[in-house]
Amino acid sequence: MNQAIRNAWIAVASMFALILGSISYVQVIGADELANNPWNNRAILQTFCQDRGAILVAGKPIAQSVESGSDSCEFQRTYPTDPALYAGITGYYSNVFGSTGLENTMNQTLTGQADQLLMDRLRQLFLGQQPKGASVELTIDPEIQALAHSLIPDGQRGSIVVTNPKTGAILAMVSKPSYDPNTVATHDRAAAQEAMGELQKLPGINLNQGVSGPTGGLLAPGSVFKIVDTAAALASGKYTADSTLPNPAEMTLPGSTAKLPNYAGGNCYTRSEASFSFALEQSCNTPFASIALDLGQDAIAKQAAAFGFGEDAGDQLHLDYSPGVFPENLDEAQLAQSAIGQFDVKASPLQIALMTSAIANGGVQMKPTLVRTVRAPDLRVVSEPKPEVLRTSTSPEIARQITEWMSNVVSSGIGTGAAVRGVKVAGKTGTAELGASGLNNSWFTGFAPADDPQVQVTVVMEGVNVQTGAKLTSPSASKIFEAVLKK
Amino acid sequence: MSGVDTVQRSRRNAELALLLLALAVAVGANAMTGLHNGTSFEGDFWLQTILLTVASLAVHIVLRFRSKYADPLILPLVVTLNGLGLAMIHRLDTAQTEYGNAQVRWTLLGMALAAAVIWFLRDHRFLRRYTYISLIVSAVLLVMPLVPGLTAGEINGAQVWIRLGPATFQPGEVAKITLAVFFAGYLSTNRDLILLAGRRLGPLQLPRFRDLGPMLAAWLVSIGVLVFQRDLGSSILFFGLFMVMIYVATSRVSWVLIGLTLVAVGGFVAGRIFPHVASRLDSWLNAFSDEVFGRDPGGSYQIVQGLFGMANGGLLGTGLGEGRPDLVPFPHSDMIIAAFGEELGLVGLFAIVLCYGLLITRGFRAALGARDSFGKLLACGLSAAMGLQCFVVIGGVTRLIPLTGLTTPFLAAGGSSLLANWIIVALLLVISNAARRPVDTTPWRPDEAPGHAPTSSTPTAKGRGQRKAIEETRTEAVRIK
Repeated sequence: MNQAIRNAWIAVASMFALILGSISYVQVIGADELANNPWNNRAILQTFCQDRGAILVAGKPIAQSVESGSDSCEFQRTYPTDPALYAGITGYYSNVFGSTGLENTMNQTLTGQADQLLMDRLRQLFLGQQPKGASVELTIDPEIQALAHSLIPDGQRGSIVVTNPKTGAILAMVSKPSYDPNTVATHDRAAAQEAMGELQKLPGINLNQGVSGPTGGLLAPGSVFKIVDTAAALASGKYTADSTLPNPAEMTLPGSTAKLPNYAGGNCYTRSEASFSFALEQSCNTPFASIALDLGQDAIAKQAAAFGFGEDAGDQLHLDYSPGVFPENLDEAQLAQSAIGQFDVKASPLQIALMTSAIANGGVQMKPTLVRTVRAPDLRVVSEPKPEVLRTSTSPEIARQITEWMSNVVSSGIGTGAAVRGVKVAGKTGTAELGASGLNNSWFTGFAPADDPQVQVTVVMEGVNVQTGAKLTSPSASKIFEAVLKK
Repeated sequence: MSGVDTVQRSRRNAELALLLLALAVAVGANAMTGLHNGTSFEGDFWLQTILLTVASLAVHIVLRFRSKYADPLILPLVVTLNGLGLAMIHRLDTAQTEYGNAQVRWTLLGMALAAAVIWFLRDHRFLRRYTYISLIVSAVLLVMPLVPGLTAGEINGAQVWIRLGPATFQPGEVAKITLAVFFAGYLSTNRDLILLAGRRLGPLQLPRFRDLGPMLAAWLVSIGVLVFQRDLGSSILFFGLFMVMIYVATSRVSWVLIGLTLVAVGGFVAGRIFPHVASRLDSWLNAFSDEVFGRDPGGSYQIVQGLFGMANGGLLGTGLGEGRPDLVPFPHSDMIIAAFGEELGLVGLFAIVLCYGLLITRGFRAALGARDSFGKLLACGLSAAMGLQCFVVIGGVTRLIPLTGLTTPFLAAGGSSLLANWIIVALLLVISNAARRPVDTTPWRPDEAPGHAPTSSTPTAKGRGQRKAIEETRTEAVRIK
């Protein structure tokens, strides 16, 4: 009997050996795989209730962690200052929906997990302090941000991007409809879910998911794309500043019976041939279509890429960015339409702002920058991004030439609404038709002062008629130019 | 009959030292759970500490009086496990739940029951008289949860609870003990018959059909538990208990093979017929498929969350009170192993498994040392059952085998399980006392058969005094030797 008892013990001992093996597998060997499983939300939850660093604009927090008063989750993320103004930048930080915007992309910094914050983390550990993240100060100017926000009427879908073309710093970036991220960040899961359900019913709302808003939403650029055609034409050597362009009232698209007419609102009809200056001033369509057909799609595509179409926006934006699109394999009819920013050409408002900034900055695009400084919990500056070149879009000569023509658009063309008394403003308007609805995406992009650019403004209003578009874009830009230059 | 050398020393002082160590671990763990938010010594901490210490020492003192040769490792190991369980359950309590205090009450009751068993059951052979009564009691206990009026209905998919006033009780936990008593009594009486009768088939000695009766009965009980109570874990446990005991009684591998065949057939058929078994299998094999993960009830959400927790713990764990075991459904009962894995890491969980291993090994050691086949079978059966239970629970949580609803002995929240396991520990202590006690070399007088007098309900004062005197002289004699 004793031998049988020993054998039974061996059986039980073998089972225990199996258990030790399976524990080792789960906790060590297979642990990484389990940790990386998409269903595993422990990593988020582990830091969710910590004291995250604040996101600051001009010293005021637009996102900060405050004590929640609950033991189970000590800190509540709040958006105390004009939440709707900054929602598109901060995003939200929710234990139901995860995080978006800077809350997501700067998470390592805000939680203090980033490599350059290692020493701070160790000090907190040794001193037994609560882990505390670094704070992030933005390049946003709160007054300009508020002004831009107010220039988009409630109920109107639109975006405004204001940058310093010489540094790439983003001074304001807004879109409507916006929302209050506090409603989604609440620890009350049911309330958060309900709020999110409401938000998702709003078309065009920028939840920083890369499908809408100034950096994520892709729109037909319309006539502002003519800047690309012009740069491509001058760079090709086939055209000079004095070239004469054909300017028929309408042209039959090659290989089809469809017609491409000139813009009806301007003075294009007065001439059958035009200079670059006149074609840009009045935003005539047929001269640019013929340039594109002449140069071929590769030349236009190459110039578009040089302005950033299809390329990323650098590593200092920290927001989800949808690169613009210039389509491939076009037939001639499609190329002609693409040349005036229609067909499948798409760009985000920030993409157009980058294009214009390149013209303003002597052909050089600076990396769009949203973060001015990162500060450790003891307010020591951890990092302070310097202005960096993103890419060279065109030559200084071509940039200077296009600036000259864009100045004429505002001084004597169809963009006079953007003029500022005593300041030489350069700009370009665009009206992209949305199918046959009669509604358009109405654009203005420009900079001022034209001879020493301090500020670039891009405005787009979506789904408006021509009159409303003209009222909401150029005059809004004028107000922003004035406000920035007055500082 | 023992054939095993035993050093005949009482070792009670060693037990006391180990017990203090065990209490230090338990109380230390309880304090650590509140360390991260400075609530270490708040609430009922001191009351719990004092109650646990006093009760453990009381059991120790009862052992000093009544079973002074009992194994000195068993009590400290059990107090360690029970104390760790209390700390974790206390840590998992939220503002709304009070599992911690309930578990303290059940622990005290369990220790009191254990002390009572040790005090009144001076010789385990007394139980042998109740072989068939145990069978009847087992049957009644197992049927109780199905009786209308008594049953607490279906809780978490299984119908294993009865309602006793305001509390619920799981009679199956106690049936584990009575079944072990029955099997031990039956097999120790009939083993010769079972051994010698029957036909040989090659190397296998096949049992006679009529001797297969008890095995078939055990199989039917297991299947019945599975079908009517929907409790896969208990079903495996009861059948495993019987398999081990019949193997130890007969040393015949043929029984084990027949048993395993029955399990395979039963398991296969059950997997085909019963949806609750099939869904257990499905959520084990396909735990990481979208469809199974999202299914509720019967999906793999619980086990996968448990695995995430243990992976989060890694080698050294997050530290007590620092992890998120609350993300796993039922962290204080079914999934308490995952909670320990997360907060104490692989190292801590290994330590817990080794505590179980050591405890069960001491049970087997008592079986080896016992001088009667009833005691051997009972100790072996109870130890093996506890080992099997650990395997089924921890194997289930780590996805080695399908997850079943068994409790983790001593750790998991649950009164019935705690009471039953404390009784098992008391029985093991009593048997180990018999095994380690100095061999009595003086001839027995017929009227002093150990089964009789010590537990007789009305022993004369004179008889008790006499016997004590005799025992003391015998002990003295051994010491002098």
